Amino acid sequence: MSEALLTTVARGDRLELAAAGAWTVDCASDLETLVDAAVAQAKSVKSVAINMANVERLDTFGAWLLERLVRDFSTDGRGIDVVGLPPRYNDLVHEAQQSNRKQPEAPSEDIVDTAAMLLRRAGRMFLRDITLTVQLFGQLVMAILRIARNPRTFRFTSMVHHLDRVGWRAVPIVLLITFLIGCIIAQQSLFHFRKFGADVYVVDMVGILVLREIGVLIVAVMIAGRSGSSYTAELGSMKMREEIDALQTMGLDPVEVLILPRILALVIALPALSFLGSMAALYGGGMVCWLYGGMSPEIFLSRLQEAISLDHFEVGISKAPFMALIIGIIASVEGLAVKGSAESLGLQTTASVVKSIFLVIVLDGIFAMFFAAIGK
Amino acid sequence: MAAPAQAPNQPIIRVKDVEVVLNDRKILNKLTLDVKRGEVLGFVGGSGQGKTVLMRTIIGLLPKVSGIIEVFGVDLDKASEQERHAVERRWGVLFQQGALFSSLTCIQNVQFPMREYLNLSPRLMDEIAIAKLEMVGLKADVRDKYPAELSGGMIKRVALARALALDPEIVFLDEPTSGLDPIGAGDFDELIRTLQQTLGLTVYMVTHDLDSLHAICDRIAVLSDGKVIVEGNMDVMLACDHPWVKEYFRGKRSRAAGMAHHRANDLVAS
Ligand SMILES: Nc1ncnc2c1ncn2[C@@H]1O[C@H](COP(=O)(O)OP(=O)(O)O)[C@@H](O)[C@H]1O
Ligand SMILES: [Mg+2]
Repeated sequence: MSEALLTTVARGDRLELAAAGAWTVDCASDLETLVDAAVAQAKSVKSVAINMANVERLDTFGAWLLERLVRDFSTDGRGIDVVGLPPRYNDLVHEAQQSNRKQPEAPSEDIVDTAAMLLRRAGRMFLRDITLTVQLFGQLVMAILRIARNPRTFRFTSMVHHLDRVGWRAVPIVLLITFLIGCIIAQQSLFHFRKFGADVYVVDMVGILVLREIGVLIVAVMIAGRSGSSYTAELGSMKMREEIDALQTMGLDPVEVLILPRILALVIALPALSFLGSMAALYGGGMVCWLYGGMSPEIFLSRLQEAISLDHFEVGISKAPFMALIIGIIASVEGLAVKGSAESLGLQTTASVVKSIFLVIVLDGIFAMFFAAIGK
Repeated sequence: MAAPAQAPNQPIIRVKDVEVVLNDRKILNKLTLDVKRGEVLGFVGGSGQGKTVLMRTIIGLLPKVSGIIEVFGVDLDKASEQERHAVERRWGVLFQQGALFSSLTCIQNVQFPMREYLNLSPRLMDEIAIAKLEMVGLKADVRDKYPAELSGGMIKRVALARALALDPEIVFLDEPTSGLDPIGAGDFDELIRTLQQTLGLTVYMVTHDLDSLHAICDRIAVLSDGKVIVEGNMDVMLACDHPWVKEYFRGKRSRAAGMAHHRANDLVAS
């Protein structure tokens, strides 16, 4: 860019500007500096003329900067003459003259959040969550009642499909992780119990902990992360593309068509996965006792038989369907809360996983108190 | 920016013997098409014939099996990354569904390419973005709305404003007026015409809108069975004997559009 885009010559009260070269997007940044400098220089003059004859090319960036120049000069009633504008640019300059006419309202001040406001907002969100969760639970019950009256409307294929996804396909990873957890529990207990010469109680520790708590808890947390998140993402993107609205206008209930099969699949899959997971964890515990603790499998098994009863197993597995229900409902509520943007899809998916893991743990605590109270 | 050397009468887009296969199905079969600098090319064809596929292949989003595509005289397959960027900066694309960034507001969407490619002051970016939004017929107060809060027609307009953000030399428009009301579509046509005349824009427009074809297209190409079966101006279309072309341009609907257009011309003349 050798030639000057804008040169200014002062003649007494009059300022003469000469534009040249390409007033286009590539020079827009330089051009803006020149235009602003010219405006600053022209504070004292009475009239201004700008000669556009030597402009080779003009695009919307150039046309707008010309318009800005004209507006800035003419604010206090001074005249500005634009001369020599090649006629082929008339339309473009005309477009620029029409634009930016209305001053944008100043954006509303960012209010600094006070602690009280934050608390109030958190409270509102919490109430909203509770309402939506209870509401969805109600809709689920209604859907089940409707289906009980007319079983042929149940989406059996859809449920089997989801059962395959959240149940069958989750088996390998669930087995692997619970196996490792079983190994770790056994190793840690062996290591510490040995100091008291209480090696044999390792089997009690592993058996009771795995069957009552860890088996179901670990699996529920994994399923919340694995399947809850995908439920939220699926429902959310359907919501985004108005697919759910489309269902509704066809007289179908989204809860019955989309949500019920998903949640039922979870409610069936989670106890089964918990059972498999618990077995894998016991297996892992047994392996470590044998290889690391030198306890033969026969001793481990007979000790296990003494240490645990059916009660422990029942306590553990009876929690699974409730946890599945919580995961499924939270995932669906968050999925339906997705707004139009990709960002909101991400936010709700995160919220779904965080909330359902949190609630799974809270629920586990409540169950622990309940079973302690009834002495199981 | 240094434009690659290109003789002025060379086609700005050159598509030669291009074949595209998707899912083992041949969508485009040795398709050849030239677009001249500064013209408005209307690209028509039945639904699912591959108009969008051709557009996406030209802009490099879909791979081709064989053939050559040159834009601004640059073969994008052979171009270095820098050359590619230089080319991409000089075209604007309006996708069929708008493809606005859903987590950005309208004004941020329009400013996005400016932020990436130019070094402008925030004030100038705001003003230019507003000017572009107003040019495409939107009010300045849509600036802070998110795409999810807009109607289908408004999304198309914001997407056009974004496609025009860098004052490109070519714009690719995929059915720009579908989903707009007839008056809005007319404004759209007029806008594209104005821009094309004042900026010397080349317009590649996939369309179903007979009014647009009558009003602003310099040349029309018809796609059928993976090939361009006929190209030329409206008179060529009307003279063509291919059954689909005949039905499309001489059917009942097209006669109405054509008549309306002639009437408008008469009014302007008188
Ligand atoms: N990504 C894709 N994968 C496989 N097939 C596709 C893809 N995109 C389009 N097609 C197929 O290519 C054909 C042409 O599609 P398209 O170009 O979108 O049609 P139109 O001419 O209506 O724009 C259609 O039959 C469509 O099914
Ligand atoms: Mg298409």
